[in-house]
Amino acid sequence: MHSLTIPIPDEAIRELKVGDPVSLSGVMITGRDTAHKWMVETFVKKTRPPEGDDQEVYEALKDLLAGGAIYHCGPVVAGLDTKEYRFVAAGPTTSTREEPYQGDVMHHFDVKAVIGKGGMGPKTLAACQEVPGVYLHAIGGAASLIAQSVQRVLTVHKLAFGVPEAMWVIEVKDFPAVVTMDAHGASLHAEVETRSKANLDRLLAAELR
Amino acid sequence: MRAEWKCMDPEAHMRDLTSSFLELIRLAATDLPAEVEQSLQTAQAREAPGSAAAGALETILENVALARQNSTPVCQDTGTPIFYVKYPEGWSTRKLRDQIRQAIAQATALSYLRPNAVDSISGKNSGNNLGDDYFPTIHFEETEEQTLTADLMLKGGGCENVGAQVSLPNAQLGAGRDLGGVRKVVLDAVHKAQGKGCAPGILGVAVGGDRGSSYYASKEALFRLLQDTNPDPKLAALEEQLTDEANQLAIGPMGFGGETTVLGVKVKSMHRLPASFFVSVSYMCWAHRHRSMVVDGADVTYS
Repeated sequence: MHSLTIPIPDEAIRELKVGDPVSLSGVMITGRDTAHKWMVETFVKKTRPPEGDDQEVYEALKDLLAGGAIYHCGPVVAGLDTKEYRFVAAGPTTSTREEPYQGDVMHHFDVKAVIGKGGMGPKTLAACQEVPGVYLHAIGGAASLIAQSVQRVLTVHKLAFGVPEAMWVIEVKDFPAVVTMDAHGASLHAEVETRSKANLDRLLAAELR
Repeated sequence: MRAEWKCMDPEAHMRDLTSSFLELIRLAATDLPAEVEQSLQTAQAREAPGSAAAGALETILENVALARQNSTPVCQDTGTPIFYVKYPEGWSTRKLRDQIRQAIAQATALSYLRPNAVDSISGKNSGNNLGDDYFPTIHFEETEEQTLTADLMLKGGGCENVGAQVSLPNAQLGAGRDLGGVRKVVLDAVHKAQGKGCAPGILGVAVGGDRGSSYYASKEALFRLLQDTNPDPKLAALEEQLTDEANQLAIGPMGFGGETTVLGVKVKSMHRLPASFFVSVSYMCWAHRHRSMVVDGADVTYS
């Protein structure tokens, strides 16, 4: 078990290999579909001008994400009325939807760890080698369990995106995950895809029993 | 008929079931059915000790127990609430719909459900899980029974996204208009899903119908119990073969590789147009959250 503390140094990232279980502690943010699209359009590709509190949130994100971790997660949050937020259920969402954005976000903000489920594609794998960074797979659906590793909700950005899509700043302790894409170009997802494709081809060549 | 009417409690069809629907939602979101949990336990025993697959299932089972104990959602994606309500003659579906929608909003305020209803054009989340007429999804059917039955499934977005519908024949898969073709479509869909639907999944498969009714039936198939056998021997054999072969793909829990890729396959056959032959696959994640409620007079029971 590798214990990682955010911000994560490059040496610690390079030590990680596909299959390694990790335990993550420190301050990270959640970000999924709306957040990634917003980050890339407003600050990476600059195809839309910043508006409202965009610039302010960007400055906060730069600090949080440098050497940091972004978690693909749309949590169930209690305390919305009192703003005394508490994560009730917080498993990962499917990461592949962020594939068009993730590599750019990693480069722009120097993100070291992307956490989600289902794995990501070649653009993100290339970014993992270049930044360097890793993709950490949390267990999909293990939401009540993972919520227990969230010690505190520090603040939330862009709540107007809605509870699942907002960027929640959380302090985690011993957040459990597995390395499935490393900084050396290895991807468990690519391996399983190739192996299962060979199995599929063999099965498709056979007929109904 | 008229006499029977008078024998019935005249207030029966006026009852407010909001609190009962709330309990149905809480159970569905937080308490995974025992047979699904048992199936996951069996799957865990099959994986190599110390493997990523075994670890994933161990975490999943730990989470299931914790969610039940703390009455917190099994998965944070509490999905689209899909209700099937069979009601005796005389009940008002308008009132039942209102009660279900109120219960959904209450369950959201109590953190049993995540606010999940997003306006597709503005991107705005309604905040209380109430969208238009399609969110939550509610199907009504009048029954001859004296009891009201409400089935609820919470279907998350990750698994919904990996569903598939194919119009046969399909040259790419070499799939013709027969059960052999159906088999190829299903195996291809499981391969394409990889771990993204939160494997090990449960597959609801509909053969026939039009595009709409076919997907609808593929979800209905998911209400069958995992251990029940299809009454049609041909479909029972297909279900068994597909479960076995989907597992031979070795995608494994979470797509980590491993012995169990699906927990079960349920196939439903429908009539079709001569020109159409649809196969629809609804992929349900391991967190197969479905519960039933029966209202018999003053008694409400959940299963």
